[in-house]
Amino acid sequence: MKLRVNPIACEGHGICAELLPELITLDEWGYPIIDDVDVPRTLEPHARRAVADCPTLALALERSRAESGRAASRAARGR
Amino acid sequence: MNARPLAAAPSRPLPPTGEGRLLSGIRDDGRALSLNEHVATYGSARDGARAEAFVAELESSGLTGRGGAAFPIAAKFQAVAAGRRRPVVVVNGAESEPASGKDRALLRTLPHLVLDGAVLAAEALGAKQVIVAVSRGAAVEQAALAAAVAERARARVDGNVSLRVASVPRAFVAGEETALVHFLDGGPAKPTFTPPRPFERGVGGAPTLVQNVETLAHAALISRFGADWFREVGTESEPGSALLTLSGAVRRPGIHEAALGTRFETLVDEASGLTQPVSGFLVGGYFGTWVPADALLRLRLLDADLGLHGASLGTRAIVALPADACAVGEIARVTYYLAGESAGQCGPCVHGLAAIAEGMERVASGRADDRDRLARWVDVVRGRGACKHPDGVTRFVASGLDVFADEVGLHLRHGRCGARPSAVLPIPREVRNE
Repeated sequence: MKLRVNPIACEGHGICAELLPELITLDEWGYPIIDDVDVPRTLEPHARRAVADCPTLALALERSRAESGRAASRAARGR
Repeated sequence: MNARPLAAAPSRPLPPTGEGRLLSGIRDDGRALSLNEHVATYGSARDGARAEAFVAELESSGLTGRGGAAFPIAAKFQAVAAGRRRPVVVVNGAESEPASGKDRALLRTLPHLVLDGAVLAAEALGAKQVIVAVSRGAAVEQAALAAAVAERARARVDGNVSLRVASVPRAFVAGEETALVHFLDGGPAKPTFTPPRPFERGVGGAPTLVQNVETLAHAALISRFGADWFREVGTESEPGSALLTLSGAVRRPGIHEAALGTRFETLVDEASGLTQPVSGFLVGGYFGTWVPADALLRLRLLDADLGLHGASLGTRAIVALPADACAVGEIARVTYYLAGESAGQCGPCVHGLAAIAEGMERVASGRADDRDRLARWVDVVRGRGACKHPDGVTRFVASGLDVFADEVGLHLRHGRCGARPSAVLPIPREVRNE
């Protein structure tokens, strides 16, 4: 899973960076910079919390491309 | 295989030869070709490949989008066709890039060729609606299109495909495809967060093919004369010809057509040479890249060559900056304009581009050595907008600081470089006097 911000919806409240400093930092204007990595399993609960607590619902936890590919091939095999 | 019917039918026009394919049919007086003149010059769209055969020809032609992103046209068709609803076709003629004029030139002179491409695309996709989006400022082009649409309606050449011309705002981001769709649906001409992209959900929620004017004109010729004809010029991986907008220190500025793979030196010769020594070329318009003059002239008109300098053809607007013009001042001025053209939606773009524009101004006036901060801002802002506006602007600024590093040094020491203050890079009038 990867975190992705909708930059149009984001208003720079910065709560996500407080909840998940391991993966999210703020730029000098207060907008989040998100590490482009798969969220480690141990951090997933924190990532979900960050997503849920965003006041503008600008943050999402999305299946990364590799995972979508695996899911698609599982679906194709009928599993 | 059968012989091509084109050669067998003497009443049908022969394909344009050489590199001047789109432009070969233009009238000397620059007036739009009427429908009859158009058919006499290029033949009727009815005689070419249509529907599945058309898409197959497009795929083997290797034609890519000529709006700047160079996406393969056949793949875009397939993505739109994969949707469940009846698609819509949008001809993107916004051409909001100030250094580019090629799409307006086509709309003004060969409206029927562009409309042929759009209608063929609509028929191939089962679309019934074609919307031609043209900038509000382009009065001559709008009139030429309106006349062409009326002629086609009278002659009933487009079956059950209806054509409509839409007037779109002049803002720089208005030509971005999600902004265009947003506007055509009654919203502001500002980009939207993706996905969905227009090919999934566009105008009125329908899968939407948004295609550049020049791309559709090429497609209309490919339908008539075939993929093999298209590939007679260009290279294997970058086939065909392309329109260029040349400006700056060339003797014959304006719209030129050249085979992809042509050496830049040859292009300059065909524009009757340079008017004076040139310090650098801006390649690909204001989202493009600065390349030193001597380096560019050794390259060919190919993304493969330009990629070696971190550049790409983009919108194919090329500006030759005279050596006696002030490059740093030009870059600062255009950066200020581009920062103001942010849609104002995404924090990093709004604040980051404003910071970069102010930093460039301090560097140009020699008030502060902001080079390190500029490098950091460029890095921080890139990739963080809903659209590619911040990416394009940072490419323009970063390559400019790199190519004109010596001039930047002079500005920091003296507040000027000794070159004359200049305005070679055009800025639309409505924002110039801020």
